[in-house]
Amino acid sequence: MGDKRETALGQVRDSIVKKLTAAFAPSVLEVVDDSAHHQGHSGSREGGESHFTVTVVAEAFRGLGRVPRQRLVNAALAEELKGPVHALSLRVLAPDEHTGGPAPQ
Amino acid sequence: MSDAANESPEAAVHAFIARTITEHPVVLFMKGVPDQPRCGFSSLVVQVLDHLGVDFVGVDVLQDEALRQGVKAFSDWPTIPQLYVAGEFIGGSDIVREMFQSGELKPLLVQKGLLAEA
Repeated sequence: MGDKRETALGQVRDSIVKKLTAAFAPSVLEVVDDSAHHQGHSGSREGGESHFTVTVVAEAFRGLGRVPRQRLVNAALAEELKGPVHALSLRVLAPDEHTGGPAPQ
Repeated sequence: MSDAANESPEAAVHAFIARTITEHPVVLFMKGVPDQPRCGFSSLVVQVLDHLGVDFVGVDVLQDEALRQGVKAFSDWPTIPQLYVAGEFIGGSDIVREMFQSGELKPLLVQKGLLAEA
């Protein structure tokens, strides 16, 4: 994870942060633009903001399985997924499941 | 993809997907083919399935735009790849990776009789 840096706040990233904050009031929210790692792939765009890795920790996910959790997040970001966002890598956790460390690789 | 001449294209795709996940116990809707995935996320799931040694059918959604959109609607899931086991939607690459790392994926396949216990 050491080579991943949050880029300057882009429009798409900003919108993802706003929508997830409004939908889930997360205790932890990390939105990382990975687009630079996917340059030249199908789906990558000029100016990036096509590939994101999101970690979202919220009470709303407690007791839910992985698929329903991701469906909730995908629904909150439906507009972005239909538009500029080509790939979204998600870690969706309840508060006590989050160790605070980096995502396991 | 359909016997009914007057069936809508969406219904035909839907029927194709339903039939595929019924006829084959492990189906991966992916970009590219298992020997040559054309996306890192699809490649990751192929590697996990290969590592576990389970037989699976890869369906290349890049061959058919209607299928690519249709499988998203069918599964109510906006991204590719998508893994089905015994007709059940398991998830995309994040979920497959998490289940592999946590040791949940193999027992699931064993329980469905798709992998020998070892």
